[in-house]
Amino acid sequence: MSLALNVDSLRYRYQQKWVLDNVNLQLEQGQFYALLGPNGAGKSTLFNLLCQLLQTRDGAIDVAGHSTLKAPRKALAALGIVFQQSTLDLDLTVQQNLEYHASLHGMSSKASKAAIERELARFELIDRKKDSVRSLNGGHRRRVEIARALLHDPAILLLDEASVGLDMPTRDSINQHIRGLCESRGITVLSSTHLVDEVLPEDHLILLHQGKILLDKPCQQALDDEQVGGVKSLYRNLTTSGEAA
Amino acid sequence: MKYWVAFKGIVIREMWRFWHQKARLVSALVRPLLWLVVFAAGFRAALGIAIIPPYDTYITYDVYIMPGLAGIILLFNGMQSSLSMVYDREMGSMKILLTSPLPRPFLLVSKLVAGAIISLLQAYAFFLIAWLLGIEVPLMGYVYAAPALLITALMLGALGLLLSSFIKQLENFAGVMNFVVFPMFFLSSALYPLWKLKESNEWLYWVSAYNPFTHGVELIRFALYESWNPTATWVTLVTTVVFCGVAIWGYDPKRGMQQKKKPSK
Repeated sequence: MSLALNVDSLRYRYQQKWVLDNVNLQLEQGQFYALLGPNGAGKSTLFNLLCQLLQTRDGAIDVAGHSTLKAPRKALAALGIVFQQSTLDLDLTVQQNLEYHASLHGMSSKASKAAIERELARFELIDRKKDSVRSLNGGHRRRVEIARALLHDPAILLLDEASVGLDMPTRDSINQHIRGLCESRGITVLSSTHLVDEVLPEDHLILLHQGKILLDKPCQQALDDEQVGGVKSLYRNLTTSGEAA
Repeated sequence: MKYWVAFKGIVIREMWRFWHQKARLVSALVRPLLWLVVFAAGFRAALGIAIIPPYDTYITYDVYIMPGLAGIILLFNGMQSSLSMVYDREMGSMKILLTSPLPRPFLLVSKLVAGAIISLLQAYAFFLIAWLLGIEVPLMGYVYAAPALLITALMLGALGLLLSSFIKQLENFAGVMNFVVFPMFFLSSALYPLWKLKESNEWLYWVSAYNPFTHGVELIRFALYESWNPTATWVTLVTTVVFCGVAIWGYDPKRGMQQKKKPSK
């Protein structure tokens, strides 16, 4: 199976502190990956490197076969990104926000219109497209952001703590929807979280702690290997600090 | 083709934002109109402007300051764009622009041009009101002023872009008004001809003579009277390129100020 994302020996530091230290990841096409780690583990830094808001020559990143250093724009075109902090323009309508994103990906008016209709229908937001984003609740805003990230048919969807601040039913609904994307569209999803209850046994779990990958395998397999009953116990066993996630 | 689509998208987005923030247009016009209607009325009797290029006769003070007030619209709009970029960065929406699969210089220049077009619209709204108030320039002057306004708006927008690349927090922006906008405005030919300033303080004259905003204002002033000021044109263009280059450097994730931000938790 082809690799959607390949991260090789990635290191990154802020001043003297290494926030990512020899990170290696191989993400296969059409799989769901949960990136679990406490606040400050380096998840957002990793995401910023993946989407080129930060750059380093310590290590290599290939997105859908495109190096972020040698073919940065092709690498970006293959990514759909939902940031931790909302990036919607509150003054604009849902449709205007989506049209803006589509234009930044060079989509023609016709292609953009069709994609907007498709994604809004998928997220049951079609009747809200003329509404100002300011009038939407947190759950709907998140759905709009995910719909926006999918407009240009990316190979990989990056979700940086996308469920932060949402109530439990909304979180579950969004997470279920995202997992469905892997099957229905063959998209690879890398979803970061600091909440252990968001990781399901059927997910592929990547555990990032203090800038290092401590675990990278199917969650159920990790649970069996460590002989623990849940992700919380698994997390505690693997992290030396014993800090609760 | 995709460059054109993206450029159009950035311009349209700025238009939408401008449309949704109608108070911005009103406040952009109130400031120069206060200068024109109140300040100029008070100084009209006190100050007579001698014949200086591009004027071929004596003019009243309100006629003199009109190009400078158009300049202040561009200056404030440039700073408004800068403020909006700092806000976008703090709120996160700047990331959408910076993670687009197009060259970052192209994206930043497109945003700059979009802001300049908004400035141009505001300047023409001001000219319309000034015309209604009886301050007229030759009809073709309004046409010739368009490129002059655009170049000046690009220069001031580039300054805003530059400032936004180095200002990390919205709270720090207040300093821009005190240390950039007001000195640029008052140390220029917008409110008084430089020869008058030279009579009272030669040092201030030289500072004003080197102020790029002075050249932007003179470019507009000459264009409004169907003349061309080559020095002002070149100074404005070169300043635009320099400001823009440094701003693009500032937004480069490998080298600029963005790299120096602390990691988010």
